[in-house]
Amino acid sequence: MDLLYKIFLDPFVQMGAAPDLLLQTLWEGLVGGVLYALIALGFVLIFKASGVFNFAQGIMVVFAGLTLVGLFGVISGLGNVNEHVAAFAALGLTVGVMFVLAVGIERLVLRPLVNQPDIILFMATFGLTYVLIGVGELIFGGEPKVMITGELFLPRGSTDWEVFGGFVSFQHIDLAAAIIASLMVAGLAVFFSKTRIGRALRAVADSHKAALSVGISLEQIWVIVWFASGLVALVTGIMWAARSDVSFALQIIALRALPVLILGGFTSIPGAIVGGLIIGVGEKLGEFYWGPLLGGGIESWLAYFIALVFLLFRPQGLFGEKIIERV
Amino acid sequence: MSALAEAAHGAAAGTAETALAVNNIEVVYDHVILVLKGVSFQVPNGGVVALLGANGAGKTTTLKAISNLLHAERGLVTKGSIVFDGVEVQGLSPNELVRRGLIQVMEGRHCFAHLTVEENLLTGAYTRKDRGKIAPDLERVYDYFPRLRERRRSLAGYTSGGEQQMTAIGRALMSRPRMILLDEPSMGLAPQLVEEIFEIVARLNREAGVSFLIAEQNTNMALRYAQYGYILENGRIVMDGEAEKLRENADVKEFYLGLGASGRTSFRDVKHYRRRKRWLA
Repeated sequence: MDLLYKIFLDPFVQMGAAPDLLLQTLWEGLVGGVLYALIALGFVLIFKASGVFNFAQGIMVVFAGLTLVGLFGVISGLGNVNEHVAAFAALGLTVGVMFVLAVGIERLVLRPLVNQPDIILFMATFGLTYVLIGVGELIFGGEPKVMITGELFLPRGSTDWEVFGGFVSFQHIDLAAAIIASLMVAGLAVFFSKTRIGRALRAVADSHKAALSVGISLEQIWVIVWFASGLVALVTGIMWAARSDVSFALQIIALRALPVLILGGFTSIPGAIVGGLIIGVGEKLGEFYWGPLLGGGIESWLAYFIALVFLLFRPQGLFGEKIIERV
Repeated sequence: MSALAEAAHGAAAGTAETALAVNNIEVVYDHVILVLKGVSFQVPNGGVVALLGANGAGKTTTLKAISNLLHAERGLVTKGSIVFDGVEVQGLSPNELVRRGLIQVMEGRHCFAHLTVEENLLTGAYTRKDRGKIAPDLERVYDYFPRLRERRRSLAGYTSGGEQQMTAIGRALMSRPRMILLDEPSMGLAPQLVEEIFEIVARLNREAGVSFLIAEQNTNMALRYAQYGYILENGRIVMDGEAEKLRENADVKEFYLGLGASGRTSFRDVKHYRRRKRWLA
């Protein structure tokens, strides 16, 4: 009885007793969720258009972050350049680097492997991961770097909101991350549904052969999706690194996004967002209210547990593509 | 010989009359499987030409060789040449061919299931630069296929087989083609719908001047709407001629139209006769 009480009632009693703490936990969960959603988004873009699970998405986040910081270092080393100017010049150049990376991946990895089974392409993204790690370490060195948040006008500090007799504290950088992520998602949604290229991307996701037959160039589409997911990686890299550092350890977040994808569905952009938020909030709530029962530390595996439950009951995810089959 | 037949016959690659000339092509899949063994034919400008034959004769392979979609299936043209509009197509990507006015409607329709009918049609205009003229063209397609106008907002995956075939043809039209390669338009459709589709093909040919190369198993239907026909068997052209003459030909009647000269013979007799019959000396 006592155990049942601890599992099913006590956490909710605690939530009711300290609503400000509950709010704080929810907020932190949402913020973590936004970042998960961003990573998942990068996966979904590529998976939709080419059917490839891009294992290299995590390292792309690190690579984009390192490139940004590295270029900033080079530019501000040129002499007396205004630090904001230098930061935005570095940002622009990094976007260019991500484009070159997309073109390079299409030419050197995807094009030679066209018509190969999906598993071959998946393995190729493994290879890509280690190439990027090697190149990154060669150019930027292995030690963690500090993200140039202030130079990019990203806010610091926090605001406390007094509520329920306590207070909830909002980090400004988290607010900024949430806003930027929402803008990016909205932009992508419009791009996919309204533009000629967006339509072509969805067409390619549906049927490569039919897309070829109407004159859509797969090479062009692949460059576009890898570039788009490179941009998502860049934004993710900035936001994630703003809370810690840019280091190769960050690439592990690729694996943190996996449960999000299982939950949201590999082919759904809204799924990536909602899945990310659910996992983020679930992790924090679980850790805070149920964690003590198991001696803490459940944050690191709870997401996978949730994903497992989903795999059993809804394998296509929350918003996975409806499988249209005519009989 | 009619002017059309002369054009189809006499024209070497690249004369003004000939839109498409296929010269003695050989296609090999996976470097080993020889599928086409020297196929030659022509499609005149503004003509409707039928490519007939049974399952596995090589019709689809021929069309894919022309539209350069073979690469995606590990196929390769190892011999011969294909000339569309005076240009050798081998070096051109499908994308460039569509730009030049040659588009294929693939067998089994291949609509984009998760796009609406209208979005499907719009993807057909992907290669076009004249963005302003796309909207009027969309209206034109809806005029040819009024049924698509009613279904424009539904996902193509949920429409009927006939509507999908119309969507696929309409999508090809949106690229403003001069020639459409139509692969098995009758597949899986009710006879009435097949008739409707072929009527529209005839109208497009008449009114918009689009040339058609139609690969069909439905010999009867194809020969009613085409002006000229080629019969493909085991990767070779075994017979060709004007559509009316082919329809009157005793062998074609026997093998493809199912009408024996002496009334319907038993199936065993037909098979027996067929085994002895040699098309090529």
